[in-house]
Amino acid sequence: MDEENRLTPGQAKAQIQSAGYHRSNNLKKKRRWGEFIIQTLLFISGAISILTTVGIVYELGKESLTFFTRQSWEQTNHTLKASIDAEATQFDVGTSGFTLEPDDKIRIDEELMVITDITAGIVKVERGVEKTAAAEHRIGSEVFLSSSVTLVEFFTGTKWNPQIGQFGIWPLLNATLMVSLIAMLVSLPLGLSIAIYLSEYASMRARSTIKPILEVLSGVPTVVYGYFALTFMTPLLKTILGNDVVEVYNVASAGIVVGILIIPLVSSMSEDALSAVPRSLREAAYGMGATKLETAVRVVVPAATSGIVAAFIVAISRAIGETMVVALAAGAGPNFTFNPFKPAETMTGHIVRISGGDISYDSIDYNSIFAIGLFLFFITLTLNVISQRVVRRFREVYE
Amino acid sequence: MNQPIHTGDTLPDGTYQSNLPQRHRIGRIWKRLFQASTWVGILALIVLILNVINSTFGMIALENQINPEDLAINNIPIEQLHPVDLTHILKEHLSAGLIRRLESDIPWEERSRDNLYDLVMTRVVEPTVVDTWSLYDSIFHREKIVQEAAADHPNAALEFHSWLDQDFLVTPQSPNPEHAGVRTAILGSLWTIAITILFAFPLGVGAAIYLEEYAADTPLNRLIQTNINNLAGVPSIIYGMLGLAIFVRTLEHITSGAAFGLVDPTTANGRTVLSAGMTLGLLILPLIIINAQEAIKAVPGSLRQASYGMGATRWQTVWHHVLPNALPGILTGAILAISRAIGETAPLVVVGASTFITFDPKSPFSKFTTLPIQIWQWTARPQDEFRNIAGAAILVLLGLLLSLNALAIYLRNKYSTRF
Repeated sequence: MDEENRLTPGQAKAQIQSAGYHRSNNLKKKRRWGEFIIQTLLFISGAISILTTVGIVYELGKESLTFFTRQSWEQTNHTLKASIDAEATQFDVGTSGFTLEPDDKIRIDEELMVITDITAGIVKVERGVEKTAAAEHRIGSEVFLSSSVTLVEFFTGTKWNPQIGQFGIWPLLNATLMVSLIAMLVSLPLGLSIAIYLSEYASMRARSTIKPILEVLSGVPTVVYGYFALTFMTPLLKTILGNDVVEVYNVASAGIVVGILIIPLVSSMSEDALSAVPRSLREAAYGMGATKLETAVRVVVPAATSGIVAAFIVAISRAIGETMVVALAAGAGPNFTFNPFKPAETMTGHIVRISGGDISYDSIDYNSIFAIGLFLFFITLTLNVISQRVVRRFREVYE
Repeated sequence: MNQPIHTGDTLPDGTYQSNLPQRHRIGRIWKRLFQASTWVGILALIVLILNVINSTFGMIALENQINPEDLAINNIPIEQLHPVDLTHILKEHLSAGLIRRLESDIPWEERSRDNLYDLVMTRVVEPTVVDTWSLYDSIFHREKIVQEAAADHPNAALEFHSWLDQDFLVTPQSPNPEHAGVRTAILGSLWTIAITILFAFPLGVGAAIYLEEYAADTPLNRLIQTNINNLAGVPSIIYGMLGLAIFVRTLEHITSGAAFGLVDPTTANGRTVLSAGMTLGLLILPLIIINAQEAIKAVPGSLRQASYGMGATRWQTVWHHVLPNALPGILTGAILAISRAIGETAPLVVVGASTFITFDPKSPFSKFTTLPIQIWQWTARPQDEFRNIAGAAILVLLGLLLSLNALAIYLRNKYSTRF
């Protein structure tokens, strides 16, 4: 700036004031209420996601808690063979079709008792437990057996049959695991191969056609895959393996189609990981005389392991949570089997079937699907968290 | 990976044998394998679509309940009969209740000859599909179909039928697959998605703006971010259960419309369009947020600095500079998330979509069904005809999704600016 044009501070001040600007003496930050409200609203939008998670855990947890603590009473075909007064600690309930065991909690009329010993139809009991009053009971009063679902029964039982109070998760979990395993057998090799092809071999032009096709494949709604499993994959398996081996609803067909469904997920995540490996590593491998395959398989893939493993874990989580394909093709009705050509209902399939019918909110069926849902939520959440950890922990950072 | 399977060998005398021809051969084989895997993926998509097309079109055998020739009066075929005679035929063959209902719709005297002829054809002659064949069989095994039809249904007429036609789009659901359509399902899908967009779009973009433009690096904000990433991986059916517990049960007063005095007479519970829309909204919220965050991140910092330098406040900067530049990206992401929502089935089953309704949804408090629900219902039935219309409904759904995706790509190409 030229020396002549420079203003003295006084002149500058005069000019600023004549232009309408007044220097404020208060330099404190002004509270802008509009800005504040907007920021609060935006924060609330962000916090909704936390509320969603809290809501999921709370609602699923609440109903599951009801499921595990609810006491229902089963009929036992036992009745009192003689009237008893409020003091009697043993009585005859008959021996036919005996279903009671020591430590069972039973109910006669309004009174709860715990069985301490049984000999030939004569049960010894502790009267009036859980603050119920010991009272007289007349001959012929029915004996009800308490049946609450314990966590141990839930996680170790191999029968799921709500009608008779059997709630073992294994038939459903087993079917889920089988579907996921088959899906992984299909999607891992194919997905990884596609990823290697796209990132290492394909020309720009091939890549720009194949990637959108895979995106379309991942955009097809899952119910369409269910239709595909039922109307194409099952008949195909039947033709290959024989009508009597493969049943109309079967785990294998559902598993294969779930596998096809997650190929795009595996391939796109793996390809991202492969593409992130810097070119210099490949050049170095070529410089050492490696062929293209050796470079791809022994240099690039190991360098991208963390991303690929993360992709696999996310894929497993996706397969476990997949619903419509299994609901349509894997069969209805829990079935504890290891034969992939037999029908077996998965956890998600069961939830859909039970909630698709008319269920009342206070039935044990309603509570049971929330217990399954909570379990499912924790499995998938754990897998997702592990996958994020894997990426963060084992990622090789290249400059 | 430690097994040296295809590198050169070091011979005992210390010289190196590079085995190049063999290594290249193995390389070529594996390249073919990788290529083949890619083809399997593409083939899967092609087969998937062909399979749907295969059952949507094909030959059908139609059998008339009453032979139209039997209805001819004085050897005049029904095509040429006078309206009075047609009315007579109708009154003779239809139940009194149906006659009264038809009469109250439009009186007989005011009906045109074509209308009466249609009525005779659909109600009296009543052609029913007795057998169906796939498109593949219809093209390549025509003779066999003709023989089969002649043997099993001697009175039936063979014709080529497209299950996806104009009527299919505009008629409501029906227990009879020949007359069933997807009108209620399409309208239900549109209503639900409208609610989903209204609910999820502002919230999602708001959350993204907060996380990218406002949030300091505090534990709370990091928790929000981690949480959003985790929510994106939660199976959709879990959202359905959340929707069932919160929107359908706990907020029944609001979602059924009772709080506003707008209860739909056909529903008295919370299993409404509103519940479904909000459930899907929660489901796609993480997707919208993550996509919008990416779009906002792509806006260069210099733009913000320039705006602050001019004395703009933070919100002015966001509203006038960041958002307009990020909008194409945000919209593209939102459209992709919405197409995910349109195809979702499981959460809506859990929330309680109706499996059979014949009237259009009229408000957010109506009972509803959606296209994927309809497809699920029809696929689950054992009869072939339902598989056929399920195929037709899938084509409608895929058409809808493809046009949405095309729109997303168009927006991306038209408005995206490179910095």
